[in-house]
Amino acid sequence: MSKIGVFVCHCGENIASIVDCEKVAMRASKLSGVVFSVDYKYMCSDPGQNKIKEAVKKHGLTGVVIAACSPRMHEYTFRKVCAEIGLNPYLCEIANVREHCSWVHEKVEFATQKAFNLVRARIEKVKNNLPLYPYKVPINKIAIVIGGGIAGIQSSIDIANGGYKVILIEREPSIGGRMAQLSETFPTLDCSQCILTPRMVEVAQHPNIMLYTYSEIESVDGFIGNFSVQVRKKAKSIDEKKCTTCGLCYTKCPMKKNLSEFNQGLSYRPAIYVPFPQAIPNNPVIDRNNCIFFQKGKCKICQKFCPTGAIDFEQIDEIIEIKAGAIILSTGFDIKNVDFFPEYGYGKCKDIITGMQFERLASASGPTIGEIRRPSDCKVPKKVVFISCAGSRDCAKGISYCSKICCMYTVKHAMLYKNKVPEGISYIFYMDIRAAGKNYEEFTRRAVEEYGIKYVRGRVSNILLKNEKLIVRGVDTLLNGKPIEILADLVVLATAAVSCKYSEILAQKLHIPYDIYGFFTEAHPKLKPVETNTAGIFLAGSCQFPKDIPESVVSASGAAAKVLCLFSSDELVREPIVAKINKMPPPLFSTCMGCELCIGICPYKAISKEEIKDDNGYVIKSIAHINSTLCQGCGTCVAFCKSKSIDLEGYSNKQIYEEVIALLN
Amino acid sequence: MVDKKNILRVKVSNSIGINVDKCYQCGKCSAGCPVSGNMDFTSSVMMRMIQIGEEIIDKQILRSQTIWVCISCGICLSRCPMEIDIPEIIDYLRQCSLEKKMQNKKSERNIIPFHYSFLNSIKYTGRIYEIGVAVEYKLRTFNFFQDLSLAFYMFIKGKLPLFPNIIKNRKHLSFFFKKYKK
Repeated sequence: MSKIGVFVCHCGENIASIVDCEKVAMRASKLSGVVFSVDYKYMCSDPGQNKIKEAVKKHGLTGVVIAACSPRMHEYTFRKVCAEIGLNPYLCEIANVREHCSWVHEKVEFATQKAFNLVRARIEKVKNNLPLYPYKVPINKIAIVIGGGIAGIQSSIDIANGGYKVILIEREPSIGGRMAQLSETFPTLDCSQCILTPRMVEVAQHPNIMLYTYSEIESVDGFIGNFSVQVRKKAKSIDEKKCTTCGLCYTKCPMKKNLSEFNQGLSYRPAIYVPFPQAIPNNPVIDRNNCIFFQKGKCKICQKFCPTGAIDFEQIDEIIEIKAGAIILSTGFDIKNVDFFPEYGYGKCKDIITGMQFERLASASGPTIGEIRRPSDCKVPKKVVFISCAGSRDCAKGISYCSKICCMYTVKHAMLYKNKVPEGISYIFYMDIRAAGKNYEEFTRRAVEEYGIKYVRGRVSNILLKNEKLIVRGVDTLLNGKPIEILADLVVLATAAVSCKYSEILAQKLHIPYDIYGFFTEAHPKLKPVETNTAGIFLAGSCQFPKDIPESVVSASGAAAKVLCLFSSDELVREPIVAKINKMPPPLFSTCMGCELCIGICPYKAISKEEIKDDNGYVIKSIAHINSTLCQGCGTCVAFCKSKSIDLEGYSNKQIYEEVIALLN
Repeated sequence: MVDKKNILRVKVSNSIGINVDKCYQCGKCSAGCPVSGNMDFTSSVMMRMIQIGEEIIDKQILRSQTIWVCISCGICLSRCPMEIDIPEIIDYLRQCSLEKKMQNKKSERNIIPFHYSFLNSIKYTGRIYEIGVAVEYKLRTFNFFQDLSLAFYMFIKGKLPLFPNIIKNRKHLSFFFKKYKK
């Protein structure tokens, strides 16, 4: 005979204003099996918790039902209270009468009835609850970091310094990411590469960091503590052990007219190339799509010149499997190209460039060695127009968010331009200046007051090409919409920052949620900003949302801290909510017929075939077997099982049935 | 604060279903507008004035030249990042302006008569009859010599047919006019 205690929480006025808590407690006390029932203002407070403890002790309760807020809030608190007093925590159930009742209803009478129904259903369920005990799973203390930009580099170094192995996977031939492409950083105007390259070298030299460049994620299996990741190491066509990075191969390569990705298409690179001089690793790779040998079958000039014979045309993609305990995603962002903008000429005019291209122009390692020149005729532009919010905050173009970094980098560009071309004039067309950050506002004011950069509030409608000059048509909305036409030499668009091209495919491989723009979604916007809904997978940097460098580093270190926290214990405690195949005495063994339907549909690959053998080793029956360390308790197999042989612990068919019957009566 | 019913922002949202609060005054509509030079205030300013929702400012809009100068080319709509149908708003404002007899004095002399002559041409012929429109417009405005030098060249090129090209079923058309005549 079960002895159930019912505790109804007022939650201040949150529940009590709509639900008559006293009445609910009173009616619940009359139900069969209920031996104790009480209502209290704050059940989660210390006096409230003590009430539960006292009741359990005094009445020897075998089950507890708490009518309060969502179990996502305080289930853990109340279960812990039960555990402290010696009651198995899984004999405590929460009836959600706040989110599911008082917050969504208006009439006291009906809400009270609904609250009572919810409590009654929970009472019927808890009568059938069995004590459950958590599982312990060992943790594989290796972290995988996907993406080698500044966020990935920072996370890797932090985890490696914490004493654990890190495997850094990068799609491009070199780590460094976006930050390596920048010329200077705001608001201090210090050289981006100068502060990044020491970190890159640290990654390369760190004994705990293993670097896989030119590699991509093939598939991800497993769960927190025990991921198994297949990585495709794309063929570099270079033997890294033999290569001395002398650079003879790319000076001799005849196929030199390939647009450089690193220089944003402003210069050319050979088919065998190192993306930039400080690249890590510094070995060249062969771009097979543009290599004459791979396209036409003849050439091999690089192989003839290579003094160490490091070039290997027969190399093939290699798939390696990595076992890891945690994954950090830091795949970064992309920017929209000029061809996205019909009103700005679809990218047909060479002198309309993106902010990233301007970074390369201003960079000392860029195609113009740091001189600002027009891409079309290499002249120094005398008048430059910067347009912020190009694509961002534009519902018609499908990007309704603010890209966040453009305001600041546009100011920086204007200042860099003024430093390099002192007689030049620059205009910035803006809608709002969003300079929220340490020293950011001072930076923008300095641009206006000291550098004389002209801010015009308004969006540019279109840009026309006339006599090699660009006519920029806009208005000054602060002057009642006065039309402004500027004859510019160069136009720089602060194009919208968008998610990476393959982010959605990657999210699907990792089973993590992403938003409509393709950015990965965090578990909670405020309290879990670096976690994802899949335990053990963390987010760092701007794969989550456009972020500037300090913010990326903050989130990267945050994610690294979460990983270190996970790795600090040897075992992981898992909830015992897992599926179980029922067992029976011989000769039946189980009601499972061995149809193996569940094996195919289990999303976590937790179910396998088990053969029951007699003493002579003869197979009597084959049934399904669930690996409880892999099972996540999703319940898919329970719904699929034809013979009703699978039950979810804590949510068995019987419990759910009793609950539904209680609700229907 | 609850807006009064006769305020333009409420009327615009109720009758043509456009939420004027979507506008954040980026000014892209004004920047692209080919006739913004002739307006007393540009379209983005007009949107701001509607957003404010005060009767005095509403009257300013209805009395303005802006709503009549607009040629409904639709550049503002195609440029607008929030996809606000400004030509439709302006069309509605013209109706309001006529209803309340608040037409702009200058526009009443030259633009509104053209709209009437154009509609009359449609009403009687079902198509645009250039000479009819021109003659009616000149009679309405007493502006007999405007663009007269063009007429000869247009006639030679066959752009000014002498007789109207009437559509077959004019009854259907007059039905529309009767229905929507206020």
